[in-house]
This record gives sequence, C-alpha cells and structure tokens, in this order.
Amino acid sequence: MTNYKKYFSFFRLQFNMELQYRVAAVSGVVTQILWGFMECLAFRAFQESDFSAYPMAFSATVSYIWLREAFLAAFTTWNADGEIFDSIMNGGIAYELCRPVSVYNMWFSKTAAGRIARAGLRCIPLLAIAFILPRPFRLMLPAGPQHFILFAITLLLGLGVTVAFCMFTYILAFFTISPQGLRMIFTSMVDFLSGAIMPLPFMPERVRKIVELLPFAGMFDVPLRIYSGDLAGADMLRGIGLQCFWLIVLVVCGKALCRAAERRIVVQGG
Amino acid sequence: MITMEHVCKSYRVAKRNAGMKEACKALFRREVEVIRALSDVSFTIQDGEMVGYIGPNGAGKSSTIKILSGILTPESGSCLVDGRIPWKNRTEHVRQIGVVFGQRSQLWWDVPVIDSYELLKDIYSIPGNIYRNNLEELTELLHLQELLKMPTRQLSLGQRMRCEIAASLLHSPRILFLDEPTIGLDAVSKLAVREFILRLNQEHKTTVILTTHDMQDIEALTKRIILIGRGRVLMDGTLEDMRQLATKHGKPEEEKLEQDHMKASGERKTEQDDESLEHIVASLYRELDIV
Repeated sequence: MTNYKKYFSFFRLQFNMELQYRVAAVSGVVTQILWGFMECLAFRAFQESDFSAYPMAFSATVSYIWLREAFLAAFTTWNADGEIFDSIMNGGIAYELCRPVSVYNMWFSKTAAGRIARAGLRCIPLLAIAFILPRPFRLMLPAGPQHFILFAITLLLGLGVTVAFCMFTYILAFFTISPQGLRMIFTSMVDFLSGAIMPLPFMPERVRKIVELLPFAGMFDVPLRIYSGDLAGADMLRGIGLQCFWLIVLVVCGKALCRAAERRIVVQGG
Repeated sequence: MITMEHVCKSYRVAKRNAGMKEACKALFRREVEVIRALSDVSFTIQDGEMVGYIGPNGAGKSSTIKILSGILTPESGSCLVDGRIPWKNRTEHVRQIGVVFGQRSQLWWDVPVIDSYELLKDIYSIPGNIYRNNLEELTELLHLQELLKMPTRQLSLGQRMRCEIAASLLHSPRILFLDEPTIGLDAVSKLAVREFILRLNQEHKTTVILTTHDMQDIEALTKRIILIGRGRVLMDGTLEDMRQLATKHGKPEEEKLEQDHMKASGERKTEQDDESLEHIVASLYRELDIV
C-alpha cells in the first residue's frame, strides 16, 4: 500500500502545480470555444449540403465537438509533458534514477495528474457555456443515465490509453538525440486517428473499420460517442473491450521498453 | 564499505568535421569514436570516511559517481556498496544513499521547497518522526527556515544548494555522494556548506564522497584524496602525498612557472608551502598529462 502512496504523492504535487497556471487555462478555454464554434459551423454546412450522406445525428456531432473541446487538455498527445522530455534530454533524469521508485510508474502518475488537473480546470467553464448555447449548437444532456456512467468510465480508460501512449513517446526519446521529429509524427497521426480532428464515423467505411481497431480510437471516439448514444450495443462493448486490451498492451510493452532504456542509458554532461 | 575493482566504462561519440558537406555525409555514415571514460578504476572506501575525488574536467569523476549511485552500468569490473551491486537492484540501493549533483536540481521548480520535501518523504517512505527530526536538524544547520516556503525558482544558487543538500539527507542515507556541491557559490555559502558536511561526517558517521574543482574544499574537508585522470586512478593518499607527488613530478615545470611569475611581478616565492594548492594541482595535471 505504501508503495502506491508515493505515486499518489507525485500525482498530488503535479496536480497542485498545474492549478497554478491560470493564464494558460483562460487562454486555452477561449481558444477552444472559438475552435468548437468554427467546427460546429463547418459540420453544419456539411450537413446542409448533403443530408443523406451525413453519418451521425447533428446533435450527436455537436455534443462530440463540445465534449472534445472540454476534455481536450486531457487527451491530446501534443501537450505531452515537456519536463519529462527535458529531463531525458538534459540529464535531469539522473536524479529521478536516484529515487527508489519505478521510472515508468512515476512518469505515468505525473502525466495523468497533469492532464486531469488541466482538463478539470478548463472543462467547467467550457461545459457551462456549451450547455446554454442556442439550440442546434447546444451540448445535449447524455442519452441516458447508463450512458453517462459508461461515458465516465470510458473517459478514464481513454485517459489511461492516452497516457500509456505518451509514455512510449517519452521512452523513445531515450533512443534519439532530439524527440521533436518523433513527437511531430506521432501527434499528427494520433490527432487524425483518434477522432480529434473529426469523429471517426466521417471516415470512409473501409478505413474506419481498420481505424476503429487501433488504440487511438479509444482515446476520443469511444467515450464521446457513448455520451450521445451514437455508439451503443455490441459496437459499444467492442469499443470498451478494445480500450481495455490496448491499455494493457501499451502498459506492458511500455514497461519492458522502459527497462531496456534504463539499462543502456547514458547520462550526458556534468 | 565501498569497493570498486577494475571498473571500465566507455561512451560512443559521433564525430564529424565542420561544414555542410560533412554534415550531409554524416546523414548516411556516422563515424563513431569510443571514448574510455573509466579504465580499470579500483579503490576501497571504509564506512565513515570522507574522500575527495579530484581530477581535471572529463577525467571520469561524474561517471564514477553515476556508477556508484546505480545510474550507469559499467562494461566490466565489479562494484559493491555495502554488499549491493548498485545497478543490479537500483531501487533497493538508492534508498540507502544520498546524491547531490551540483549542476542539476532535484527540487520541483514551481512549488515551495517544503512541497518537494513532503514528496521525498513519501517517495522514500520516511516515518513521520524521523522525517520531522531530520528536517528540524537540517533546517537549523543549513539555515533553511526562511527558504522552505519559497518556490525553488526564486532561490539564489547558494540558497538552492543548501536546500538541495538537505533534500538528499532527509532519508538519513549512510552514504552521501556530492558531485561539485560548491560550484558557483559565494564565499559565505561555501563556508556554510563545508561546515555542514564536516559536521555531518563527524556526528552521523556518514560516508562522504566529494568531487570538486575547488581545492579549498578538499583542504577543509578531506584527509584522503583520490586523483583521477583520463579514466585512471593516479594517486590515492593524503594531501601531503599529493604535494610530494607534485614536487617529484613537477619540478622543471614549476621552476619555469616561477620564473615567469618572477619576470611578471618582480618578486619570487621560495617557500614550497606558500605555493597555492591550486598551483600545485595545475602543475600536477600538466605534468601527468591528463588535462
């Protein structure tokens, strides 16, 4: 038990630290509201041009967009923890290796805490505004109480998958001189495949079938579509199953890779 | 007890000449040179000893500290710290040691120092009463009272270093590695740090291994000196031994230096003892050709 206490302490410290950055939170909220609006309008134009080809209910799309903006800080891979990359690059990791803790667990809890704090701070004003907008652009209540509970659970699972994926990008930084290149490839790829740019149902049938099997679908697509009831029944169960599967695979592989990295580590300078 | 036997460690360094053409060539084929940071390093340090580990930049001091603290794995040789192999069971090992890297910070940047300490308490699972006692003692000896509530980023270097040293001792380690703890400190902070280390060693019998470029640190703190250069141990003895080694080796060089000095200032120091320690070490480095 005491073993978990220390990871919880990492979580707490990082959480407290994130709450300090108020200006970043305000500017984030403003950007995301504008961006959300723009996207609602784009999807609206799209629906009006060809109603029959539109794959989701419009209210479901709008809910999807607002929820994504509300929890964006928790799920985007581009805001991976810069401090961790820095510590790998400049050798600050020397100190972290002098601690009686697992590097993987420590970074996992730090990243998760940062994301939860950031999103927790931002989602409140964003959701409040999205709930009082005029009709077609308003965020709807969840399709039902069971949808809401499943949404909450899959949101947490999605966070786990996201953080486990970010762990990979950190660990790969051990093997390269600068992590920028890999980060850019990963983030643009993940933005597209996770449904952060558009909900996955908007992809062509064949592509979508493959993309839904990848770990990225579990980040945004599954929880946000469960909320509005767009994803239900057997498809939903499959989505949740895949989330669990990928979470386990990513964590197990990440830990193995992390051990390999620790063994061949070279702490530079000083 | 710490024993190192025949420890070797080398790094691979990608090298190329200056220029665009060379950079393009390196995209496809990199020339890698192997640099031997440590070759055949052996020494033994008893419990409660205070040892100064000196050598020019790039001699392998930090590499040794990193191996002893379990961060780096050597290629060959054996190393035992209180019966443990540092890199084999890292988490068990680091529980018993404290490390200060003078050029890095272990305190969380944007939160008050005390928050970092509370986190360290949980990381090391330090029992409440031991933590309180240690914190009280360290606060008093290192004059931290005013600093604990301040965010790390707003501390001066000297203030921060005192906080860093305290952070490494909260869990009462039996061995303390100090990698350039006085780098960049002003005279007052230096004296405070030195006095504290001396007391720690005397009162708690903590084994201290100290690397530094400041010869006054060595003079004030350590009886035993290990001199390392180009990855080899060149001398293991007292300050006196080092002076003798310098006289034996460095005679011609020193005379030349002194002549230069005489020309420049018009006076001449004849007393060997008056020669600053810095001078002795510099000529020793040159003479042993390890710079």
